[in-house]
Amino acid sequence: MNTRYRILKAEYLNVDTFLLTVQSELISKKARPGQIVTIKCGDEGGVILRRPISICSVDREKGTFDIAIQIRGKGTKILSKFKAGDMIDIMGPLGQGFSLYPKHKKIIAIGGGIGIFPLLQLLKDHPAENKKAILGFRNKSCVILEEEFRQACNELFISTDDGSYGDKGFVTDTLKKVMDKEPADMLFFCGPLPMMKLGVEIAKEYNTPCEVSMEQRMGCGIGACLVCVCKTKKEDDWEYTQVCKMGPVFSGDKIIID
Amino acid sequence: MRENINLKVNIGGLELKNPVIAASGCFGFGREYSRFFDIKRLGGIAVRGLTLQPQKGNPPPRIAETPSGILNSVGLQNPGVHTFIEKEIPFLRKIDTTIIANVSGNTIEEYESMAEILSNADVDAIELNLSCPNVQEGCLRFGSSAQKVESVVSRVKNYAKKPLLVKLTPNVTDITEIAKAAEEAGADSVSLINTILGMAINAKTRRPILGSITGGLSGPAVKPIALRMVYEVSRAVKIPVIGMGGICNATDAIEFLLAGASAVMIGTAGFANPMVWVETIEGIEDYMAENSINSVTELIGGLIV
Ligand SMILES: Cc1cc2nc3c(=O)[nH]c(=O)nc-3n(C[C@H](O)[C@H](O)[C@H](O)COP(=O)(O)OP(=O)(O)OC[C@H]3O[C@@H](n4cnc5c(N)ncnc54)[C@H](O)[C@@H]3O)c2cc1C
Ligand SMILES: Cc1cc2nc3c(=O)[nH]c(=O)nc-3n(C[C@H](O)[C@H](O)[C@H](O)COP(=O)(O)O)c2cc1C
Ligand code: FES
Repeated sequence: MNTRYRILKAEYLNVDTFLLTVQSELISKKARPGQIVTIKCGDEGGVILRRPISICSVDREKGTFDIAIQIRGKGTKILSKFKAGDMIDIMGPLGQGFSLYPKHKKIIAIGGGIGIFPLLQLLKDHPAENKKAILGFRNKSCVILEEEFRQACNELFISTDDGSYGDKGFVTDTLKKVMDKEPADMLFFCGPLPMMKLGVEIAKEYNTPCEVSMEQRMGCGIGACLVCVCKTKKEDDWEYTQVCKMGPVFSGDKIIID
Repeated sequence: MRENINLKVNIGGLELKNPVIAASGCFGFGREYSRFFDIKRLGGIAVRGLTLQPQKGNPPPRIAETPSGILNSVGLQNPGVHTFIEKEIPFLRKIDTTIIANVSGNTIEEYESMAEILSNADVDAIELNLSCPNVQEGCLRFGSSAQKVESVVSRVKNYAKKPLLVKLTPNVTDITEIAKAAEEAGADSVSLINTILGMAINAKTRRPILGSITGGLSGPAVKPIALRMVYEVSRAVKIPVIGMGGICNATDAIEFLLAGASAVMIGTAGFANPMVWVETIEGIEDYMAENSINSVTELIGGLIV
């Protein structure tokens, strides 16, 4: 099985986040928005696990896909050194992506921080007529991919924690305002856990279905080792479910965010 | 497979077509990895750790990466032995490889029941996990005293109608004492090492990384310890030893064989490289061809000291 692909482009989006364009017929053709890949960093510094990263956007004609990665620790630091022309070991596409139902006519994608990445291809692929995006960043210097998002949706709202760009405050505040003005019939969330917890509650308040993309530390990335679990409902009970295989996208009715 | 190269090994009555087995807990019930390679190439599959009743497992996060290793605290999440038999064996049995049921219990009676149930099910061998560090009650307590190992194994032996592997914990003072107790009580082979108890802390948040605070270390970081223990145990007992702990390639596997293991298991390395099991089998063949070795059994215990 081949998991080695060529990087066509590597560029920084801001000080700590970079974008890689990777050549892969297989991944670009098969990938659905919300699915992930797992990337081998190399053994430098004893880093042995692959890193889970969302597919940010795909070009099915050219057979390429983009991933955007924020430097957090050892593994992402190693990945930041990859250059155009290098080969990189990527497994995917993995997991379950967002649902693209034609019955949903008005959708809103809500993302915070690195959670915005999988929403780009979602907005590009979703058949809805009215697509809005609400993106949250820490401050002005963190705002990235603004133009790409603007093109992929009908209306884009940006907020920053400190108000240095767009609205001041949280994406969930913006969401309520937008929903009050023009309700959507489907919501998609990806971002920090507290934001998604609140998002699921807001969706319930407005009686609107939603999906959330969960994050969890991973081992195998394919469903075999059960280290990457989150809580989901099971009849009258709950169970731990693999984020890598049954997620990362879960229905708002199914997920339990403690 | 190459001609004139015999990879077959016999592990206390359990025939394996080659000495490379998928380690318990790292390979699920085989379904996931079967998408990546033809899993019938494996010498065997040790399935995810089973308990008598379904088990929810520990709260996440259940994994932390440490230099060249991982800590895990899955806590034996599994659907229970009955669901395993009903839902997973039919899939596994279609694959021409050896199936090893890995079991854990809270009491000796639970171990006995599982041995009895699995002896009547279509599996090839039973591996007693006396050493899982990830559950409060049960196995670690059994696995850490020679006397307890002796009593569990001898009682389970009355019910086990299949080859019985006893998996040993490294979290003990003298692993050879435990191995000898298992042998005396009737174990057909011993497998080692299970994970080494450890911990990871996030200094920024001042919290443990794992949801259950401590977990079990595996991967390359544990290999020197595992090799030493396999070496010691294989000299202390007459029954075959299955070696594991940090194996990432054929060279690692051959080192374990030389140290005295009759077969090896690979777990963690598969997370980074799903082809590791196949590559290891092929690499052992290459090594044998290069060194004019016909039977892999010639390598077992072949360490020159
Ligand atoms: C489903 C999913 C999708 C993701 N998509 C993206 C993306 O598109 N872009 C992006 O920049 N990041 C994404 N992440 C987060 C990214 O995986 C982590 O930031 C990265 O693994 C950190 O690795 P590190 O070695 O730099 O950090 P370290 O802290 O050194 O990593 C140590 C270990 O913890 C794990 N880890 C640390 N933080 C996280 C985290 N937040 N989530 C999961 N595992 C973590 C690492 O994988 C590694 O095993 C995603 C995570 C998940 C689970
Ligand atoms: C995620 C994970 C789950 C495990 N679950 C079990 C288990 O259920 N039963 C068991 O006997 N060993 C279990 N183990 C231990 C492995 O089978 C093996 O003994 C150990 O990981 C060392 O080998 P490795 O370094 O090749 O992974 C588990 C290990 C890992 C990493
Ligand atoms: S990472 Fe192994 S099951 Fe999800």
